[in-house]
Amino acid sequence: MAIPSDIPTTFLLGRLDWHAIPADPIVWVTGVVVAIGGAWLMWMLIKHRLLGYLWHEWFTSVDHKKIGIMYVVLALVMFVRGFADAIMMRLQQVLAFNGSEGYLNAHHYDQIFSAHGVIMIFFVAMPFVTGLMNFVVPLQIGARDVSFPFLNNFSFWMTVGGAVLVMMSLFVGEFAQTGWLAFPPLSGIGYSPYVGVDYYIWGLQVAGVGTTLSGINLLVTIIKMRAPGMTMMRMPIFTWTALCTNILIVASFPVLTATLVLLSLDRYVGTNFFTNDLGGNAMMYVNLIWIWGHPEVYILILPLFGVYSEVVATFTGKRLFGYTSMVYATVCITILSYLVWLHHFFTMGSGASVNSFFGITTMIISVPTGAKIFNWLFTMYRSRIRFELPMMWTIAFMLTFVIGGMTGVLLAVPPADFVLHNSLFLVAHFHNVIIGGVLFGLFAAVYYWWPKAFGFRLDPFWGKVSFWFWVVGFWVAFAPLYILGLMGVTRRVRVFDDPSLQIWFGIAAFGAVLIAIGIAAMFIQFGVSIRNRDALRDETGDPWDGRTLEWATSSPPPAYNFAFTPVSHGLDAWWDMKRFGQTRPRATYVPIHMPKNTGAGVIIAGLATVCGFALVWYIWWLAALSFAGVVIASIVHTFNYARDYHIPAEEVRETEDARDRQLASVGA
Amino acid sequence: MSSIEAQGDKHRADRRADSHGDRHDDGHDHGSVRSYLTGFVLSVVLTAIPFALVMGGGFESRLLTAAVVVGLAFVQIIVHMVYFLHMNTRSDEGWTMMALIFTVVILVIVLAGSLWVMYHMNTNMMPQMDHEALGLGS
Amino acid sequence: MSTVSQHPPGDFWEVEPHHHHEGASTGIGFWVYLMSDCLMFAVLFAVFGVLGSSYAAGPGPKDLFDLELVALNTAFLLLSSITYGFAMLAMVKGRKGGTLGWLGVTLVFGLAFLAVELYEFHHLIHLGAGPQRSAFLSAFFALVGTHGLHVAFGCLWLVTLMIQVGQRGLIDANRRRLSCLSMFWHFLDVIWIGVFTFVYLLGMI
Repeated sequence: MAIPSDIPTTFLLGRLDWHAIPADPIVWVTGVVVAIGGAWLMWMLIKHRLLGYLWHEWFTSVDHKKIGIMYVVLALVMFVRGFADAIMMRLQQVLAFNGSEGYLNAHHYDQIFSAHGVIMIFFVAMPFVTGLMNFVVPLQIGARDVSFPFLNNFSFWMTVGGAVLVMMSLFVGEFAQTGWLAFPPLSGIGYSPYVGVDYYIWGLQVAGVGTTLSGINLLVTIIKMRAPGMTMMRMPIFTWTALCTNILIVASFPVLTATLVLLSLDRYVGTNFFTNDLGGNAMMYVNLIWIWGHPEVYILILPLFGVYSEVVATFTGKRLFGYTSMVYATVCITILSYLVWLHHFFTMGSGASVNSFFGITTMIISVPTGAKIFNWLFTMYRSRIRFELPMMWTIAFMLTFVIGGMTGVLLAVPPADFVLHNSLFLVAHFHNVIIGGVLFGLFAAVYYWWPKAFGFRLDPFWGKVSFWFWVVGFWVAFAPLYILGLMGVTRRVRVFDDPSLQIWFGIAAFGAVLIAIGIAAMFIQFGVSIRNRDALRDETGDPWDGRTLEWATSSPPPAYNFAFTPVSHGLDAWWDMKRFGQTRPRATYVPIHMPKNTGAGVIIAGLATVCGFALVWYIWWLAALSFAGVVIASIVHTFNYARDYHIPAEEVRETEDARDRQLASVGA
Repeated sequence: MSSIEAQGDKHRADRRADSHGDRHDDGHDHGSVRSYLTGFVLSVVLTAIPFALVMGGGFESRLLTAAVVVGLAFVQIIVHMVYFLHMNTRSDEGWTMMALIFTVVILVIVLAGSLWVMYHMNTNMMPQMDHEALGLGS
Repeated sequence: MSTVSQHPPGDFWEVEPHHHHEGASTGIGFWVYLMSDCLMFAVLFAVFGVLGSSYAAGPGPKDLFDLELVALNTAFLLLSSITYGFAMLAMVKGRKGGTLGWLGVTLVFGLAFLAVELYEFHHLIHLGAGPQRSAFLSAFFALVGTHGLHVAFGCLWLVTLMIQVGQRGLIDANRRRLSCLSMFWHFLDVIWIGVFTFVYLLGMI
């Protein structure tokens, strides 16, 4: 089925009209709050004359550090939205008992659980991880930037474009009511005729271009830009995991792109890939999307395994135990992650042979993961552990993630999966590994690298408040879901008949409140730390007694990262430098060759976002015009050959002298 | 001087050589008239045979015809890789070849996996959709 | 690997400046992009493999395909490949005119390929065998059409590069770009081998 001809459209606005504004007071209130907040922010920016600064120093920047920070800011903003969705779901599920319908109608509730999943995976976890890799990897390998700095800026703005489309769906039209992977035939035009699924498709496609390009960029950066002497087996473990993650991105996101293209062809052109008629096969979509989907979860978790490894080695003051086995475990996971996708749909009915194969591969993949846990434990064994915040999060991760991993192995047994498929047990499992693994790791990473990024540490008191509320809140929120799942409660249910279940949803909602306090504490911590930044200042550039090259430069690092390229002689290059009492050289400084900032990325990504919006609303003239704009702007950009400049030697010398004075002031 | 030191120095020396060397000698082989013509002739032959085979009706056994056609396609892909794309194990320290091998592995997993999974699902869940039995397809 | 050495193993910083090889990452970067593109085609091939016999009581390959036309198109692509190769050889020798000339010939073959493909699509749709008719035809149009879109994009890029070479000559940046387009063009050839084998030839057996 193609676009039905009875949808009223106008030439100028397609199917966009006043009915697109949702008739829902919750949305209106949100809209008003967002509008006031946005206006206030804009006013402050204009008042303090910050718009030009933001544009010149940040939005158009090709500096990998600034782009990394912008990715993390995007992730934090979207995290607030995604968490608001979570709270709304918890509230609905605890209210909708004893004949009550709760406070959300089905149309709204279905959008919320879809948006929650999409936002948390694509616009929180992905940008967070990408931002982290962007910031840390070039520093760790002793490079001045990534291989393709302009592409890096463009990738970021494409991710923002996708996020903008998804956020826009809240106020103009609707979001998908299909769950986060939009399985057909439900996501086909017949069952989802309005704009929800189209927002989903174009949001992900625009962001997906950015993700793929950034994957290529970082992959090539790690391959080509390593400091002299840094062989593959001397690469910091975080860089190794980043390498494998980017391989996974490059090799799996095209699958998502192609699959979504086919879904949009079904919706827009009337092809029959995933329809119920004329030979289409909806299960092929499920098959394809999970070929992307399973590597995706390893894209998320692998870099955090790297973070934990760095944190454990740093805060125990020891070389990482089993570095080589850690590398091989990471590579094994990379390959194996392509061989397990069917465990997401054992119940589809491919039969015993297929299910057994994928059940066994799934159990095998837990072996290298287990090896990593032991490596961390052996690194910590008989060492003097410093319980700073990153280390606390790492230990919380190990305790939480092991349990999540074990429930995963349980689900890998096909007969058990037939009982637990789509139940709240599954929901508890993947939150257990994604929150306990990915999110805890991201927090550890933020605390670990924040001083490097901004030059001051985060306030430990509010960090500990946040930590305890988060960890306890997590278990209070998700342990009940395991129990409910075992009792047979399925996911995505809006109203319940059995009153005996309500107590569990009550406990889960209480857990969500604890998490909310943890999140609030974290933002308070950011605020308090910024206010007390002078007291928390990191003058040394190496606040944790680190081991890898990012700690060899100042906090925050200068635009060019290193005045002279560091040379690696072993795994922990900076540790070696400190061991041999090596100081920064003060040779004759030379001009440093750097890429120039450009607004082309913002412009092209902006046009792509407009194109996505036009396609959602069937505004064909605008879609054609903005697509042509994307092509023309890209071509025009290639005519610009003057893309770099030199930082004068004098400026380098001044920066480095200031750094010397700073180090001298703390007696280093 | 430990062996590590020697390795590090060697690597550094390599990089220097790399950056000061001939700017176009980046390990990419641009081929010659001869290699392009060899590749062209081979690919013309490898295209012509399967086309002629199928257009002429093929062998008695359809399976054999299909096997020959697919086999020749694989040979032709390799010919293109070698003579037109100049694949070798040297360029970019072997990363080009490594990327290709990894991609081929994933490609085989995606293709074979999808066909296997979907074939089993169709036979298990929709036996009535057997086109041969319905006489709808070839 | 050493933990016992007590003496610094040589320099820890590269003090003497060395020029970073300009554009050293471009080749491998573009190759990695092509690999990801290749996996996009893998999905389309997989879809064709799974849905390629779902005719929905409609026309099948034998009712629709004209192998002579496909052979003609294959010839265009093969010829364009070798002419692009000659353009690259001219570029290596630094002959701007030769490079532009061979690029022009390549463009003509590329456009001829597109014209034949558009004619084929038009013909099929005219017969009532459009992409909406059956899953088989949806998969066919998606796979062949995506390849065609790539060729069209390649032609646009070719024109852009011809202008840039015309304006600035065979400078390093333009040589890198020509090398990338060369990889792209030959890569499309490899995909086409898959298309004519698995879609057209196997369909007609």
